[in-house]
Amino acid sequence: MELTGAEILVRSLKEEGVKHLFGYPGGAVLHIYDALYQQEDVKHVLVRHEQAATHAADGYARSTGKAGVALVTSGPGATNAVTGIATAYMDSIPMVVITGQVFTNMIGNDAFQEVDSIGITRPCVKHNFLVKDVADLAETIKKAFYIATTGRPGPVVIDLPKDVTAAKAEFNYPKEISMRSYNPVVEGHIGQIKRAVTMMLSARRPIFYTGGGVVLGRGAAELTELAQQLNYPVTNTLMGLGAYPATDKQFLGMLGMHGTYEANMTMHHCDVLIAIGARFDDRVTGNIEKFCPHAKIIHVDIDPSSISKNVKVDVPIVGSVTNVLQEMIAMLKEGDKKPDEQAIGDWWKQITEWRGADCLKYDTESGKVKPQQVIEALYRETNGDAYVTSDVGQHQMWAAQYYKFDKPYRWINSGGLGTMGFGLPAAMGVQFAHPDATVACVTGEGSIQMCIQELSTCLQYSLPIKIVALNNRYLGMVRQWQEFFYDGRYAMSYMDALPDFVKLAESYGHVGMRIENPADVDGAMEEAMKLKDRLVFMDFVTDSEENVYPMIPAGAGLNEMILV
Amino acid sequence: MENEAGALSRVAGLFSARGYNIESLTVAPTEDPSLSRMTVVTSGSEEIIEQITKQLNKLIDVVKLVNLSEDEHIEREMALIKVKAVGEAREEYKRLADIFNGRIIDVTEASYTIELTDSGDRIVEFIAAINADQIIEIVRSGVSGIARGEKSLHS
Repeated sequence: MELTGAEILVRSLKEEGVKHLFGYPGGAVLHIYDALYQQEDVKHVLVRHEQAATHAADGYARSTGKAGVALVTSGPGATNAVTGIATAYMDSIPMVVITGQVFTNMIGNDAFQEVDSIGITRPCVKHNFLVKDVADLAETIKKAFYIATTGRPGPVVIDLPKDVTAAKAEFNYPKEISMRSYNPVVEGHIGQIKRAVTMMLSARRPIFYTGGGVVLGRGAAELTELAQQLNYPVTNTLMGLGAYPATDKQFLGMLGMHGTYEANMTMHHCDVLIAIGARFDDRVTGNIEKFCPHAKIIHVDIDPSSISKNVKVDVPIVGSVTNVLQEMIAMLKEGDKKPDEQAIGDWWKQITEWRGADCLKYDTESGKVKPQQVIEALYRETNGDAYVTSDVGQHQMWAAQYYKFDKPYRWINSGGLGTMGFGLPAAMGVQFAHPDATVACVTGEGSIQMCIQELSTCLQYSLPIKIVALNNRYLGMVRQWQEFFYDGRYAMSYMDALPDFVKLAESYGHVGMRIENPADVDGAMEEAMKLKDRLVFMDFVTDSEENVYPMIPAGAGLNEMILV
Repeated sequence: MENEAGALSRVAGLFSARGYNIESLTVAPTEDPSLSRMTVVTSGSEEIIEQITKQLNKLIDVVKLVNLSEDEHIEREMALIKVKAVGEAREEYKRLADIFNGRIIDVTEASYTIELTDSGDRIVEFIAAINADQIIEIVRSGVSGIARGEKSLHS
């Protein structure tokens, strides 16, 4: 039977197992909305701004490992979606975004609500497609999901002209797809893996430095097994949190600009660096000239272009993290060589000494609500088992430092692009994927206002998200840099004229709380978590001058941290 | 690469977004109409060339990529050079064109247009042999390259 392009799209999404589609209607996608209206398999979630549609799809993807899907109209619908697409691209998140487009014969005519969506999104997608013939639609959708979810994942855009959604074709959804120009490597080179294992075993001062690739590649269990088999220390990047259990004794915390003293010192002094699914980001390496000066480097990554991009490595291994880790585990079991116990014991002694600096301690006597205290309360009240999304800034770093993630897929933040406004819509996506789970959004009074309109979406769909706003009346990270590097000239970092967030939450039909006294933090958190079916906006009025420590200033090496 | 609309702009966009040089770029369909072949001339340190190679390979439309300079290869570029040609200069340009295996393909009372197909270096030498103030205009096609011997992109 022949179906319209709109029907083919919806049926194809169903074939891909898509349960939720985050979107916003408009002229160019009306046929698609009509097709969505007439079925119940794919549930459409109406956001209040297209940026939120992409962030919600992204949060859905980050918390499940499946592709998130967003649908927006042409022109401004597409441009509003770009921030969310770029956010997903920087963090390698599988996502399929369908943008409406003007009629095929109008493309290029400056038609109403026309933009060159393919051109605008090209630099921030893994791939994009303009579908001009309805006969190509089903296969294109299959390719889009295949590309988005395999290899190094990423967002794929399908630009769909309105006439193509009305035209008819036979519907045959391909079972399999193969592309001559796209065949991502899965298995690592055995010879290289052997070299890596030999190097690992010869290490006297080793460390695992692991990133978002371990989460995305579903390699957390393998990483944990390998690291524990060897008794080597582990540090995670901001994107990798949860890939190794944070409460385990071998875990040193996050590394990098706001990483722990012990993680960064261990990195700096290591002799063998085992980098897995990490990309040597500038926020991790600090001054590249001073990075790990004594280390031989092993680097496992599915994307060859991530290897030796910023730092030249000694043993590159291209392959899926899970596959390579499994090979390593097997080789270690088969071989009779063991790590040098004496050397590793001495290494742990040194690390324990660094840990003694207690770099995450903070003043608990100030009489002010400390942001760190709030995150610790959140951790306790949720038994460390919540899905935590965040926006971008100081609160993001505190959440990463003080919430101890033991599982992957639980920490949802915009690491690469650093997108303010990400947290709340991402939390919506997470809540749709995990309706019974506790989902908390750690945010600030600056970030939350960038997508505040989504409180309305949360009301419409009864999403019981717990918003933990660390309200310090400053764009805190900007303020911190201005304090340190601009002699305290706080240019535009002051959030004057803030709304009353309690009333704001209430006006959207939610529960609002303001917490101004440190003694009230635990009680408020407990009360909020008890309101299982309500969104609670917790406005924590925190110490306005608290800074994120430790910190590596720009240009410094990992061993040159500023402690409190 | 796939002979798809937009494939060229993906390559060009990659070079500009990542700050790589493009010295020249040529592209046209091949014996298989679903494929086009692109020759890009670029420059950079060994690390940069390695990154360019990896980044290009990552583009979904790129089917196969070969660094021709790693092996024996042939490169050819065509240039059309229009010069002022009056008096004694007419004979001189004729001789110069012969030396470089060029052809005069358009003649007026005051100008010649010379066609020259050779390596990029030879074309640069030819242009250097002409007085700059005698040149009316030059158009160069950019370099096309192919491996020597039986090797091909398919093998």
